[in-house]
Amino acid sequence: MVDNSSAAQGRVWQRYDGRQRLIRYVVLLLSMMVLYWAVSDIDIFWPWVWDAPNQIGSLGARMWPPDPSGLGEIVAALLETVHIATLATALTIFVALPVSYIAAQNTTPNRACLWLGRFILVASRSVNTIIWALLFVAIFGPGVLAGILAIMFRSIGFVGKLMGEAIEEIDRRPVEAMQATGASKAKVIAYAVVPQVMPAFFAIIILRWDINIRESTVLGLVGAGGIGVILQGAIDTFAWPTVATILIAIITLVLLGEAITGVLRRKVI
Amino acid sequence: MTRSSSPSSATVRRTWHKPPFIANPWLRYGLWLVVAAYLVWALGTLPFNWERIAEGLPRAARIFGGGFPPSFDRADLLFTGFKESLQIAILATLLGVLLSIPFAVMAARNLAPRPVYLLGRGVIIVSRSFHPVIVAILFVAAVGFGPLAGILTLTLYSIGFVGKLLAEEIEEIDWGQVEAMKATGAGYFATLVYAVFPQILPRQVGLSMYQLDSNLRASAVVGIVGAGGIGGTLMNAFGRYDYDFAFAILLVIIAVILVSEGVSGWVRKQIW
Amino acid sequence: MLEISNLTKRYGSDAAVLEDLDLTVEGNSVVAIVGASGAGKSTMLRCINRLVEPTSGSIKLNGSELVTLKGAALRQARRKIGMVFQGFNLIDRLTVMENVLAGRLGYVNLYQAVTRRYPQADIDRAFALLERVEIAHYANKRADALSGGERQRVGVVRALMQEPEILLADEPTASLDPRTSEQIMRLLQSLASEMSLPVLINIHNVAQAKAYTERIVGLRHGKMIFDGAPEDFTKEALDAIYGGIEAPDDQLIETPASGPRQGARGVAHDSF
Repeated sequence: MVDNSSAAQGRVWQRYDGRQRLIRYVVLLLSMMVLYWAVSDIDIFWPWVWDAPNQIGSLGARMWPPDPSGLGEIVAALLETVHIATLATALTIFVALPVSYIAAQNTTPNRACLWLGRFILVASRSVNTIIWALLFVAIFGPGVLAGILAIMFRSIGFVGKLMGEAIEEIDRRPVEAMQATGASKAKVIAYAVVPQVMPAFFAIIILRWDINIRESTVLGLVGAGGIGVILQGAIDTFAWPTVATILIAIITLVLLGEAITGVLRRKVI
Repeated sequence: MTRSSSPSSATVRRTWHKPPFIANPWLRYGLWLVVAAYLVWALGTLPFNWERIAEGLPRAARIFGGGFPPSFDRADLLFTGFKESLQIAILATLLGVLLSIPFAVMAARNLAPRPVYLLGRGVIIVSRSFHPVIVAILFVAAVGFGPLAGILTLTLYSIGFVGKLLAEEIEEIDWGQVEAMKATGAGYFATLVYAVFPQILPRQVGLSMYQLDSNLRASAVVGIVGAGGIGGTLMNAFGRYDYDFAFAILLVIIAVILVSEGVSGWVRKQIW
Repeated sequence: MLEISNLTKRYGSDAAVLEDLDLTVEGNSVVAIVGASGAGKSTMLRCINRLVEPTSGSIKLNGSELVTLKGAALRQARRKIGMVFQGFNLIDRLTVMENVLAGRLGYVNLYQAVTRRYPQADIDRAFALLERVEIAHYANKRADALSGGERQRVGVVRALMQEPEILLADEPTASLDPRTSEQIMRLLQSLASEMSLPVLINIHNVAQAKAYTERIVGLRHGKMIFDGAPEDFTKEALDAIYGGIEAPDDQLIETPASGPRQGARGVAHDSF
């Protein structure tokens, strides 16, 4: 040990080589600049920021204790929320499956259909549920229909994209075998494609239902039905203890939904 | 196998039906009954306002008629809204990703003592259960309208998402490295920094990029309840029946989301 | 009777996979087609039922031209051509019976196909054939629960369900162990005589070809370079077919000992 120490002297140890370090510094510098720009340019009244913990604390204090008096109404609204999520998920299936069929490279009838399918998927996925809700409330007026349509239009992209990927990943050999028997395209789909994508289909629908429960809790904030309507009402009337009850109810619903999907997933797949 | 092997041996007429998906007939028909009953119940109790809905088609025609062509006359308003959304997303991602680390350590079963673990898990579960828009409306009520509420909302949102995945990552780390650090006499924080963080860092950087993308998406909607950004501009345009401007905003939102998805995917590919 | 004349197939502008091939198969003879991987065996078989489109030439089955057929007429022609595949190509998640009945897809209508309401005659035939190959007791088992040899028998029965006028077998034993592949070859041989079917078997294993067939056709680089009785298939013929490509000499003398081979999945047939 002692003998070696002189030989090791003066050696420099570095974690990264020159090029790597250059890239790291440039990335770091750019990040710092973006951060500086974001902090200095943003339209925030800074004294409010330092006061924010107090404000949040006092809001929390005003919520305590939760007021259970409106529980009947809240449960009814929760049921409405679940109905919206469930009906929308069910309706999604009817639209998403044909779209995924034309948006999958191996089943699409022609290139025009392929691009139409992809366009529908991208359009559906890029617009958030609540923005869809805004649009449908403007068209059909406030209420559950707007909510169902909003959830459905957002889900089409999600389910369609994942189903399309599932269709593209099937084993092609059974398809070939069905063609060799002289089966028409519809029969080939029914025998060689449908059985192969069934497990993926159930998994995707269950996953989306779980997400839709969460999403449908906010629809009411733009007037599209569900628990959000009474949440908005309670906030507008500063009924903070009621707000607290509603929040607890939402958590319970979401956790319940998660538990149910967990059981379903184990049962079905 | 015991039958004689000639095709004529099957003289008895045998029938075959596809074995049902659910073997128990009671359960099978019961399930259909449940579905039918549910549909009747759900559709019967939901308050559809059919008169208002009937007006829908002419209204849709008016909205889409008024919306095309989208108008970019107020491009400066559009630009300001997007700039604010981007700033909210960046700051919230930074805060969220940094804060998610302590929460992830707290919520990792193998690193945290039981009470701390339960606290960490609790924070993550609560922040994941609430849709960001609900959180936003509460923060708007607490700290007022504007981007501050948006940043707080998305920070919490990021803690929930990144914290959960990171905690799972920590629970799966190679424990041998931790033991090796402990064997050198390192303390708790030195062990974290040398044995735990290097193992989760690549994942954390990837998650941050993913979270930046998803915060940008979410920042477009939290504005709808007044938490700053382009969502507020969109809400105003809708409220004033300014459909051509609203559609312009929508188009830009879609474009920005597609670009951000592409960039985030590219960066993640570079890192992994 | 199958008459192939001047059959040529090329992919894009590459060298031809099949070049000016002539082949006539009469009566219920079992013909082996041997050749190295890439010699064009699979392509030739798939040209017959048009899973691969021939570039030029003519293929006649019992006097009717197959190459020019389109749409429904092509599907009707395919009903008369049974095919057995190297990888069995069963639908794993369906039962054995559903796989077998799928051989009738060219005959039943879509409603019958989807609801699995096949005519009683088809079900009788399916049971008779399943009894013949001794797997009738598996009728309601899922196809992926069966062993390799049993799966290939399901594949053979499915092809026979079509009431074919000719049977094509594309490396039917290449995914099976030696003992099972012998059984399948023997089965194909006896079925051919029982049902007076001509059978074309692509096969890699020369010893099996000599043992179970009445005629051997050798392909090399898309051209036929041997056509004769198994007795005439000498060492010279073998060298001409495989020479410089691989050396399966031992197969000439010994009983086949090639284990389950990781075969290329046929050729690039991309019609779906």
